[in-house]
Amino acid sequence: MSWIPLLAACAACYAIKLAGVSLPQRYLQDPRVQRTVPLLPVALLASLIATQTFSSGGHLTLDVRAPALAVAGIAVLLRAPFLLVVAAAAATAALLRLV
Amino acid sequence: MIRDALGIAVATGAYALSFGAISVTAGLSIPQTCVLSLLMFTGASQFAYVGVLGAGGNAWAGFATAALLGSRNALYGLRLASILEAAGLRRFVAAHFVIDETTAMAIARDDPALARLAFWSTGVAIFTLWNLGTLIGALATRTIPDPRVLGFDAAPPAAFLALLAPRLRAKEPLAIAFAAALISLVCLPFVPAGVPLLIVAVLVVVYGLVPRR
Repeated sequence: MSWIPLLAACAACYAIKLAGVSLPQRYLQDPRVQRTVPLLPVALLASLIATQTFSSGGHLTLDVRAPALAVAGIAVLLRAPFLLVVAAAAATAALLRLV
Repeated sequence: MIRDALGIAVATGAYALSFGAISVTAGLSIPQTCVLSLLMFTGASQFAYVGVLGAGGNAWAGFATAALLGSRNALYGLRLASILEAAGLRRFVAAHFVIDETTAMAIARDDPALARLAFWSTGVAIFTLWNLGTLIGALATRTIPDPRVLGFDAAPPAAFLALLAPRLRAKEPLAIAFAAALISLVCLPFVPAGVPLLIVAVLVVVYGLVPRR
């Protein structure tokens, strides 16, 4: 795995944080910015969940990752801690592969 | 307050274990995994970067996704700037600690001195345990011959879901989440890996910028 995009991504994430504490307030206080920025993680996380559960190698697929996600969803609804949500999904996939 | 900071840090340390495991399973080396936690230090972006790579996506698509997910930290910084009053070198260090947890802890205090203490204590505690957890998770996963057997490859969507759930407490974000998931799956067969994310990002920005009545 290449280092260059990795370090560039680290630099970009730091630059964003630094901009937030450094830029004059008016740049980020625009109501459209205030409304749009919190929606980005919602859309991106939902997109990551969908694409990484229902695809492999550019094709739509349905496999053990779907029930693993369903179990994670139940764990989230039960307000389980983060590590438990992730472990429950991994365990579901592992067990279903044994069947 | 220090106890609150430690409590949050222990929870995020456990969450860092899963980051270390997922990153190594996705094919990143242990030094790369640790550098992400040291230098990127914003959980959702880190999970997204390794998630995109693990799913066979281009590293620059991972870069774009990580940066877009990190954009919210700029708004946190905006809220924190007036509380922290950090100048010079302190501001460069403080900026690195601007994440969900430190913001939540700082803005919950009315007194600026207490807010600053909350920010710094949470930041230092989380930074320490986040990096420690990452290293342990990565090293432990390295000892497993095939992490797929333990289902680690199925873990990233669960991690994303746990990060997404607290943001869905209103109708609009819930509708956006479902629309984003659907649109991504519809475009997926026609574009390279990682690109559905960028399409969704452009669409949500357009949606957000359209004037409302």
